[in-house]
Amino acid sequence: MSIDMAQFHQVFFEESFEGLDIMESGLLDMDPGTVDSEQINAIFRAAHSIKGGAGTFGFADISGFTHTMETLLDEMRDGRREITTDAVDVLLKSVDVLRDMLTAARDGGDVDQANIDAQSAELKRVLDSRPGQETPVAATDGEAENAAALPTAPVVGWHVVFRPHAHLMRTGNDPLRLLKEFRELGDTSVTCDIGGMPAFHEYEPEDACLSWDIHLREAVDKYQVQEIFDWVEDDCDLAIMEIYDESAPAVTPAMAVTEAPPEGRVKPDLKLADPPPERRGGGDRRKPSKPAASASAGSIRVDVPKIDSLINMVGELVITQSMLSMLGEDFDMQDVPKLLEGLAQLERHTRELQESVMQVRMMPISFTFSRFPRLVRDLSNKLNKKIELKMIGESTEVDKTVIEKIGDPLVHLVRNSLDHGIELPEVRVAAGKPETGTVVLNAYHKGGNIVIEIKDDGKGLDGDFLFDKAVSKGLLSPDEVLTDKQKYELIFMAGFSTAEQISDVSGRGVGMDVVRKNINELGGSIEIESELGVGTDIIIRLPLTLAILDGQVVRVGDETYIVPLVSIIESIQVRPEMINLVGGKGEAFKLRDEYLPIVRMHEVFDVKADHVEELTEGLLVIVEAEGRKCGLFVDDLLGQHQVVIKSLEENYGNVEGVSGATILGDGSVALILDITGVIRLSGSRQDDFRLPRSA
Amino acid sequence: MASILAVDDSASMRQMVSFTLKGAGYEVIEAADGVEALNIARDKPVNLVITDVNMPNMDGISLIRELRNLPSYKFTPLLMLTTESSAEKKQQGKAAGATGWIVKPFNPDQLLGTVKKVLG
Repeated sequence: MSIDMAQFHQVFFEESFEGLDIMESGLLDMDPGTVDSEQINAIFRAAHSIKGGAGTFGFADISGFTHTMETLLDEMRDGRREITTDAVDVLLKSVDVLRDMLTAARDGGDVDQANIDAQSAELKRVLDSRPGQETPVAATDGEAENAAALPTAPVVGWHVVFRPHAHLMRTGNDPLRLLKEFRELGDTSVTCDIGGMPAFHEYEPEDACLSWDIHLREAVDKYQVQEIFDWVEDDCDLAIMEIYDESAPAVTPAMAVTEAPPEGRVKPDLKLADPPPERRGGGDRRKPSKPAASASAGSIRVDVPKIDSLINMVGELVITQSMLSMLGEDFDMQDVPKLLEGLAQLERHTRELQESVMQVRMMPISFTFSRFPRLVRDLSNKLNKKIELKMIGESTEVDKTVIEKIGDPLVHLVRNSLDHGIELPEVRVAAGKPETGTVVLNAYHKGGNIVIEIKDDGKGLDGDFLFDKAVSKGLLSPDEVLTDKQKYELIFMAGFSTAEQISDVSGRGVGMDVVRKNINELGGSIEIESELGVGTDIIIRLPLTLAILDGQVVRVGDETYIVPLVSIIESIQVRPEMINLVGGKGEAFKLRDEYLPIVRMHEVFDVKADHVEELTEGLLVIVEAEGRKCGLFVDDLLGQHQVVIKSLEENYGNVEGVSGATILGDGSVALILDITGVIRLSGSRQDDFRLPRSA
Repeated sequence: MASILAVDDSASMRQMVSFTLKGAGYEVIEAADGVEALNIARDKPVNLVITDVNMPNMDGISLIRELRNLPSYKFTPLLMLTTESSAEKKQQGKAAGATGWIVKPFNPDQLLGTVKKVLG
């Protein structure tokens, strides 16, 4: 029977990564010197499961590496080894290496062999660090014994005397089964010895009283015979003796064999049954074929209550549907109120069902947050800073895709806070702050969005410093006038790194611009609040889900477009006195002391509009993206809808200014605008259009 | 057809064991730890139990000890899955009443071979 092991790989990887998280958080919580046995047991079990699974599913190197970790953990949980900070640190690093190995195995990438070897050596060093202890036995030991037992004399069979102890059957073993196994090895004759049977009145029916003489006339390896009795060797008296071929030149005189086999054939090609498990390994190692699942794909674990609520909703939907169809069978105008009521119910249920389905994709943000205690611990050691991490709202649920994509940007932001934000203890004390800095990660829901805040009580951002920096890098002209907030946002510009000295913690110059790009791709926004000397607060807003969006439907000529509701500030009708022409290049309008550029949608998308010239006839939708505001000139607003986002890239190709498409209620297709892209598109038309700012 | 209770806290191992045995026509019941397994086993006697050793709540060796004390499991084959190459775990298992063991890593063929052996 051949079973494709690859089908279990995905589950194996998923639970292994979960196991790594358990190990990591367990190790982080571990107090050197004191042993919480359940905690260390949980860590041990995680390592143990990864090792077992890796071995079974063909990842021998992972299994080998984990074995060393497991040995170390085993000694710790038995109390044979003290838990030292050194050991915990090495184990934590090993968790990282293991994670790399698993990732490489899953995605088919390359592993850093040198790193693995170095970490293995580290583990061995810790293992060997205590004198007088047996060194751990390698996983593949135990082969030597079997290999040495290969017969050299012309053995033609085996004579086995098998005398079970009385309790043998109470271990679930069965002498008959063992005897049957001989038959699979070859020609067997069995004699039963009933000498051990007690008198009838003393007979215990659950005891094994019989014993057997077995003659196997097949030249199998001794271990194959031993293997049959592997499970019962302590529950019986057993003698295994060779039967030699008497016609061949005898090497050793035969033992007291009563029944020498007449046929003296030696079978050279040994019939090998299953090789003993210890012998596997080498040959079974195989490169995992193409990754079954990449990091973003894969399955999802859903709590049963969520599925129950789904099924509930579907039930409600079916009831509504049958009610409506009954109404339709014999429809009378009198029934219109009933019909409307039914439709309202249908709408409500559809919406609830939609929410329940979305719930399935929701995962607590703790999946992302859980890596930060480790990160903060490691980095604060490295930077010689004292930092306390507080996490709030870890159970806030976020779409799975957001969880997967927000991790790296968050890591970057937290690193920045630790590296650039929190000051050294001396500096903090001198500034009258507590020696230990605090970084708060906070996640919460707010108005259909997920908000993630990264707040530190460090030195805060210096707007003027950032401004000068941007000017000196040629990213900005010196006569530009920016508000404080705009100055802070300079750190999101490509090529802007504030680190005076590039450290290996952060400040590689790529970063904040990528962070903002990633967050924008998720349909979110990022904002900075900061006070010099007091701290910085970075606020990320993300949509609850990426599959559905609240949109404003707008009309431009015969075309309809969807503007994401989150980007819209307001919609107005302009009066002629609000409109200004700026330097003959572009149009702007004044809104409450602010001048905003006007983007004529019909020009951007080259469609025929109703009111090409008269700005006052159409409507301006004021939108904001990446901190820039502008007014989109459209013909009409049609209504607000929840729209299901269909990817344009998957079905057609990337179009600038458009983030996706959707199908409207009447069956027509509408494009969903990417506001950032639209602003960029219009900007390129209007050359270097700079908007004047009021102070 | 014979029913088998497969106990392992690792979902991938449980899936592999269960898939293999179901493919060979056995009825397979899964449990994620010893407590769950014991409840299932008490409820409905099975023909064979295959259990992992290291599990939360109740480990495999305790499970075997508990099962062996149940009248209906006096002679039932109880196998443990073990990666422990040391004889110590096997001895502990035997002392608790285990019939035998399957050493991890194993492949589906080895598993089936062993199961066929004990179920006849």
